[in-house]
Amino acid sequence: MQYLTSDEVRALELKANSIRQSIIEMLTEAGSGHTAGPLGMADVFTLLYFGILKHDPLNPDWEERDRVVLSNGHICPVLYATLAHAGYFEMEELLTLRKFGSRLQGHPHREALPGIETSSGPLGSGLSQAVGMALAERMDNPYSSKFFYCLTGDGELNEGQIWEAVMLAGKEKLNNLIVIVDRNGIQIDGYTKDVMPLEPLAEKFEAFNFDVQEVDGHSMRALNDAIGKAQAVYSQPSLIIAHTIPSKGVDVFERDFRWHGNPPGKGPEDRVSRDKQSAVALEKLRTLAGTIEPQDIS
Amino acid sequence: MFADHLQPNLSPETVERTPNRNGYGEGLLEAGKRDERVVALCCDLTESTRTNLFAEEFPQRFVQVGIAEQNMASVGSGMAAMGKIPFIASYAMFSPGRSWEQIRTTIAYNNSNVKIVGAHAGVSVGPDGATHQAVEDIAIMRALPNMVVIAPADVHEARKATLAAAKYEGPVYFRLGRSNTPVVTTPESPFMIGKAERMFSRDDAHEVKVGIVVTGSLLFYALMAAKELNKNGIGASVLHVPTIKPLDTEALEAFASEHGALVTVEEHQVIGGLGSAVAEHLSETIPTKMIRLGVHDEFGQSGEPDELIAHYGMDTKAILEAARKVVG
Repeated sequence: MQYLTSDEVRALELKANSIRQSIIEMLTEAGSGHTAGPLGMADVFTLLYFGILKHDPLNPDWEERDRVVLSNGHICPVLYATLAHAGYFEMEELLTLRKFGSRLQGHPHREALPGIETSSGPLGSGLSQAVGMALAERMDNPYSSKFFYCLTGDGELNEGQIWEAVMLAGKEKLNNLIVIVDRNGIQIDGYTKDVMPLEPLAEKFEAFNFDVQEVDGHSMRALNDAIGKAQAVYSQPSLIIAHTIPSKGVDVFERDFRWHGNPPGKGPEDRVSRDKQSAVALEKLRTLAGTIEPQDIS
Repeated sequence: MFADHLQPNLSPETVERTPNRNGYGEGLLEAGKRDERVVALCCDLTESTRTNLFAEEFPQRFVQVGIAEQNMASVGSGMAAMGKIPFIASYAMFSPGRSWEQIRTTIAYNNSNVKIVGAHAGVSVGPDGATHQAVEDIAIMRALPNMVVIAPADVHEARKATLAAAKYEGPVYFRLGRSNTPVVTTPESPFMIGKAERMFSRDDAHEVKVGIVVTGSLLFYALMAAKELNKNGIGASVLHVPTIKPLDTEALEAFASEHGALVTVEEHQVIGGLGSAVAEHLSETIPTKMIRLGVHDEFGQSGEPDELIAHYGMDTKAILEAARKVVG
């Protein structure tokens, strides 16, 4: 496990903030798409791509890379933005999200864009694919140090297929599999506790032979420690329950499930009117990053 | 006359009968020996799908997924992403029946090198009844971009289809039957993905002509019907179409032009299967009068395979009647 210095933590936080700004810009330009999940998972994605993964943005098909399987494909704006910031493709391309002819499809298409490990959108199948990848790797090389990170939503855990995959991962003791669930407590129709209660979530996964940790999904140090511990688990797959705040970073969007599937400009207006949603979000983020621009003061 | 590569002296009394799933078991084992990237997955039906031959020889390359077809499809996709050639087997009613969306998104859309093996297809599953008789699988798989769809005729062709699927780069679906299927072809009969084969050529002394286009396990009945028709003044030929997608349009157009009237035969719904594929193509190229034999928009039921094939109008008698009607 790599210790993060204060400077490294600060650098990661600033990177996550930049990625959040990109997410706001791309969603605003697209005029549709999901806001709450991408903003909420920006810290996890930043830490993975700028602190944890073995990968090479200039050689996306590098055989020895770790794999990141995004199971809840609808939060792809955070994946796209992180890939662009990491150098997989030009930043300008982010503004083509969801447009005709774009490689940035509304939900990820593996055949379209480098750095995408699978097509996803219909919920529940990414975890099965990560299990398949981890199994295949172990067949070839039982001493491999490659890790398979699968990111899922908490609402996604409603899907039966998730538990089929969890059963198989537990049976096969896939210690190269690290699942990170975005425990933000919301899904499209409301709070997860109302739509379909998941608790006791940790105990459920433990019963299926997973090693389980619960962390603050916005703390770089806590996430880094948890992933380090998960890598060291010897004979079990790992689950990290990352407690996140939906729309984290833009206080006037935070914690409201109605931001699940709406972009800035089309979200709920209780706290900020639609015509100002995008600008206010960007101003909040620049303020948090300490990079206030002239228009923010006027 | 029969194509010369077929079994000699084909007749209902003498024809050998073997389940074509046996051909899958042998073919998979052989493919596994030839290429170490071949892996097999199964949903608690290892013996029934004949995956057991491979599993016993290569236990490290076999994954028992349990009764979880949706998971199996996507696990297969994940393994293919790491360079494996996964064969995923269950009953056709469950895979692709239950796992269609997983196959669509994680195999077809990803263009994954996964081979989907649907055993127990057709009403000839028999006593288990309609819940286990997949007669819609060709339709739902044919609608998927990137997907190859194959219905082997018998045990030899099932073996060859398995080997060909292992070599082919991309998603493949093939269906297998449960019951003893007449063995028509030989190990020497040609098989290529995407290629239709003339299995019986008409006696050109007859002026009235009919073409029988057949896929899968009903090939034998089509051949018997053609033989009978030629004895009785109708020049009937048989085009066997094991690959329903991509359709061998060149062979089909030549066959339609030559005969002018067709009967299609499949152990599947007439909606969306071989008959549909043939009608769709010919209506845009060489509009041809045809009668489609198969299950007509209803579910199967319990019974013995032969009586079900007869009841749903797919046996030699039904083909004879349809042929006479379509030229009449």
